Amino acid sequence: MIAAYFVLLIPFAGIIFFAIADSKSDMGKINVYFNAVCLLATLWLAVNVFNHGTILSTNKAYIVDPFNVYLIVLTAFVGLTTSIFSAPYMAHENEIGKLTAGRLKLYYTMYQGFMLAMYLVLTTNNLGIMWVAMEGATLATVLLVSLYRTPESIEAAWKYFILCGVGIAQALFGTILLYYAAMQIGDGSNALLWSVLYENAQKLNPEILEIAFVFMLIGYGTKIGLVPLHNWLPDAHSEGPTPMSAVLSGLLLNDALYAVVRNKMLVDGTTHSNIAGYLMMGFGLLSFLVGALFLHRQKDIKRLFSYSSIEHMGMMTFAFGIGGSLATYAALLHMTVHSLTKSAIFVTVGHTAQIAGTQRIEKIRGLIRTQPQVGWGLLIGTLAIAGFPPFGVFTSEFLVLLATMHSYPWLAPLVLLGIGIAFAGLFRHIQPIVYGEKPEGQLPVKANLWPVIIHLGLVLWLGLSIPGFLAHWFSQATVLISGSTPL
Amino acid sequence: MNIGQTDFYTQAILSLAALVGLTSFLMLGQSRLLRLIFVFALQGFLLTLTTSLAAYSLNNPHLYISAALTLLLKVIFIPWMLRREVLQMNIHRDVQTLKNKTMVMLGGASLMVFSYYVLHPIVQTTTPAMLNALAVSLSVVLLGMLLMISHRQAVAHVVGFMSIENGLFFAAIVATKGMPMVVELGIAFDVLVAAVLFGIFFLHIRSSIDSLDVDLLNRLNEVDK
Repeated sequence: MIAAYFVLLIPFAGIIFFAIADSKSDMGKINVYFNAVCLLATLWLAVNVFNHGTILSTNKAYIVDPFNVYLIVLTAFVGLTTSIFSAPYMAHENEIGKLTAGRLKLYYTMYQGFMLAMYLVLTTNNLGIMWVAMEGATLATVLLVSLYRTPESIEAAWKYFILCGVGIAQALFGTILLYYAAMQIGDGSNALLWSVLYENAQKLNPEILEIAFVFMLIGYGTKIGLVPLHNWLPDAHSEGPTPMSAVLSGLLLNDALYAVVRNKMLVDGTTHSNIAGYLMMGFGLLSFLVGALFLHRQKDIKRLFSYSSIEHMGMMTFAFGIGGSLATYAALLHMTVHSLTKSAIFVTVGHTAQIAGTQRIEKIRGLIRTQPQVGWGLLIGTLAIAGFPPFGVFTSEFLVLLATMHSYPWLAPLVLLGIGIAFAGLFRHIQPIVYGEKPEGQLPVKANLWPVIIHLGLVLWLGLSIPGFLAHWFSQATVLISGSTPL
Repeated sequence: MNIGQTDFYTQAILSLAALVGLTSFLMLGQSRLLRLIFVFALQGFLLTLTTSLAAYSLNNPHLYISAALTLLLKVIFIPWMLRREVLQMNIHRDVQTLKNKTMVMLGGASLMVFSYYVLHPIVQTTTPAMLNALAVSLSVVLLGMLLMISHRQAVAHVVGFMSIENGLFFAAIVATKGMPMVVELGIAFDVLVAAVLFGIFFLHIRSSIDSLDVDLLNRLNEVDK
């Protein structure tokens, strides 16, 4: 359990360090160190869970089980690689005068603040604290979205703040209703602890829990970016600094989905009807299709990939909604490969925008001729996210399709159609960007592409063969969520 | 339900719920910003009263802390901050023209009915008084949203946002006798940070569009211009 405290304490120390640090010091590098140490702590935690199973801290405030531990490691990993990318990127933004040193300091402080909020969402056993941390993640990132202080970025941040704030308030109402239902069967002090609720799920009042789940799905769904609550997402992703888009897409959306799935586990234990599943399937499929269609009309490269995030989050929500062991396994795998691929893509997109000096798709051309590494990185990343074999996204999407055909065959054509539309939508924009003629005077920039290579390598590996311990882990998490073993 | 037969605490909670609901409607129809902020402070004060009453009758001392937090944040700090902002921007004399006020008020009334409808299944497991209190808090949440939709000033958005929090708090106190202390502290911390961030944002919005009218925040959309 000590490992879990370390995971929370390291980013906390990071916040304090950057808040008082001298803004002339090499903050980018120090940020990398903080995230690296945190990744080590999460690996330590993972080994503990691997050997001893679910860990519940003595005061029951924290719980680490197979479901959240892999998300914790993923969060730390993406946090680390994004910080490696962000150090030279932000230094470049500082050099060209888009940012002052003071705002750079704010950026690093809030980066650690965001990481802390993410770890707290994942490790806490208290559903109330989960809400507080989720709101904390919004508050930490809202000033980062408006970091450039352009009118567009301020508008995006205001929209993000208001929509997510109001949305997540619904989740608090759901949590209060859940607490109310729990108060009727037991004492108040433990009644918001997930582990206690899960044991007593049978006794909770199903009617109240159904209403509570609707509120929670809408609340956390705003953060997942479910249509029609997604409006903030493309704006926040396109106007904030690119490393922020990478962690928002790769981590925040996953963790919001995690919160929904945790609550779904309670509701399923109580109601024995699939009401929660149907709601998630409906919202998920709608987001998937709308996200795929909107890919076609994007003009801004970061907006393009944020709609791709909406589409993929929709698919995961849909898969968790289907329930069964196969669909759950697929959704867990998809969460992993999507955050790895999407953060890699945002890294290359960041460099692309710096090379071209703009985010407008029609003005970015000839990437491979200007800087082959970035061009190929973007192309391979796009292939991976569009679900091409042999990448991991293909495996997980194929499993989702398989589960759909198994449980709801009449929905399978819609899923296939969505995948096709999304593929066309991505490629009609990316193909001229990477191939096309190079405009006059376009020069390469200093880029660190190791994060991209590592991420895409992992996604490729997961597509070819899932290593034994990871497969074991996914199976354990699947058993926890769906109650039966996959395959 | 016969009001006369219920105990003093239930009666007081019911009247306070009615008053909190009333303040939400007052905010909805308000076209002057300073008065809007005053009504918001009033709602915060009613919430403080409810919390202290619950702390006293249920003998639950930790609720006194949350009452004090509500008093400091929602009655003093946030209204003070918003008032200062409005006076500085010199917009306190502007009368906002609310488009179709009647429709907004009717919409508010139907939201209240809708809240009762949504929460009706709960009545089987609880007292009618509790249903009333919960339904009023849900409608305060929904009316806060309607306030944000119908008013075009950033200040009004903040008031709507915070009044949503008020509704949630009311639900937590009345239905569950307050959340666990650590959660309540966390929520208060979030509200405080949010209030400070709103203050920072006013500064940014003012310097970028030279106004606090959110209709001017319209650069980002999917439609080509």
